[in-house]
Amino acid sequence: MRRPLLLLLPVGFLGIAFLLYQGLGLDPSHRDSALMAREFPTFEATTLRDEEHQVDQTLLTGEVTLVNVWGEWCPACKQEMPQLLELADNGIRMVGINYRDTREKGLEFLHEFGDPFEVNIFDPEGSLGFDLGVYGAPETFLVDADGVIRYHHKGYVSPEDVRERILPEVEKWR
Amino acid sequence: MALIRTLSVAFMLMFTAAAIAGGIEVREFDDPVMEKRYRDLTASMRCPLCENQAIDDSDAPISADMRERVYLLLQDGQSDIEIIDHMVQRFGDYILYNPRLENRTYLLWGLPIGLVVIGFAVVVLMIRARRNASAKALSAEERARLDALINRERSS
Repeated sequence: MRRPLLLLLPVGFLGIAFLLYQGLGLDPSHRDSALMAREFPTFEATTLRDEEHQVDQTLLTGEVTLVNVWGEWCPACKQEMPQLLELADNGIRMVGINYRDTREKGLEFLHEFGDPFEVNIFDPEGSLGFDLGVYGAPETFLVDADGVIRYHHKGYVSPEDVRERILPEVEKWR
Repeated sequence: MALIRTLSVAFMLMFTAAAIAGGIEVREFDDPVMEKRYRDLTASMRCPLCENQAIDDSDAPISADMRERVYLLLQDGQSDIEIIDHMVQRFGDYILYNPRLENRTYLLWGLPIGLVVIGFAVVVLMIRARRNASAKALSAEERARLDALINRERSS
């Protein structure tokens, strides 16, 4: 009676050790956005090109949209521009959030690296970024036709990311 | 002694300089309770960018934004729980150094307590088993043999 009970101890120990060891291998920077499956936050902002033009969250309903958070100061944003242009060429609706930038620098960036975006939301204080839980650019969100966030990509979008993750997700929610 | 004093002053100056260079702003509070809440809240939230630094200790831009938001929400009269919810809604449970007690964290919080209880139970079982064993260790036959052996020792 006593032996099998004592045998449970090393088994339990190994179980917990295995669980914790698994945890060590996890990458803490790969975690889901807290906004997954939630509605895109409400906001009111102007567009990068036109300070008279007011936009709000209704901009992101009606069609599956990729929302890319970028800034002129962000090197990875420049590197992922070819991939974003390719996504736009594939007929995917793209909306940009110009995050913690100035109008001048933002427009310069689009002039130099291309503009895949239907429209760019101007967010100089990063307040929309804050509500999206953005803590660094670039970040990319997939918003479905009902304005619900369905996929989140943190950081640089590589050509493989486009093929293996983003295009399948877009297809899935269309 | 003088050397130690000079060194410690130099160290303190260095740390002060680092704190100023780090750009962590100093906020003035009229109400000491509010100030304490601000300190506790900003010390209890992890910077989402820097992995293991509280937002009160990090010069990442996002930490500055989060401190600012905590400050504004405090001024707005929100409770600590409301402020924590506000942050978790945006940045996820990751930012909490102490995860909240809810369905999916019962295991996390319960495991250490559970392990202590199991350990205690094992110790009790072992003590009991040992007591039983010493009481029942010898059968009547063995006892008779033991007595015989002892007697033989003595008589020789």
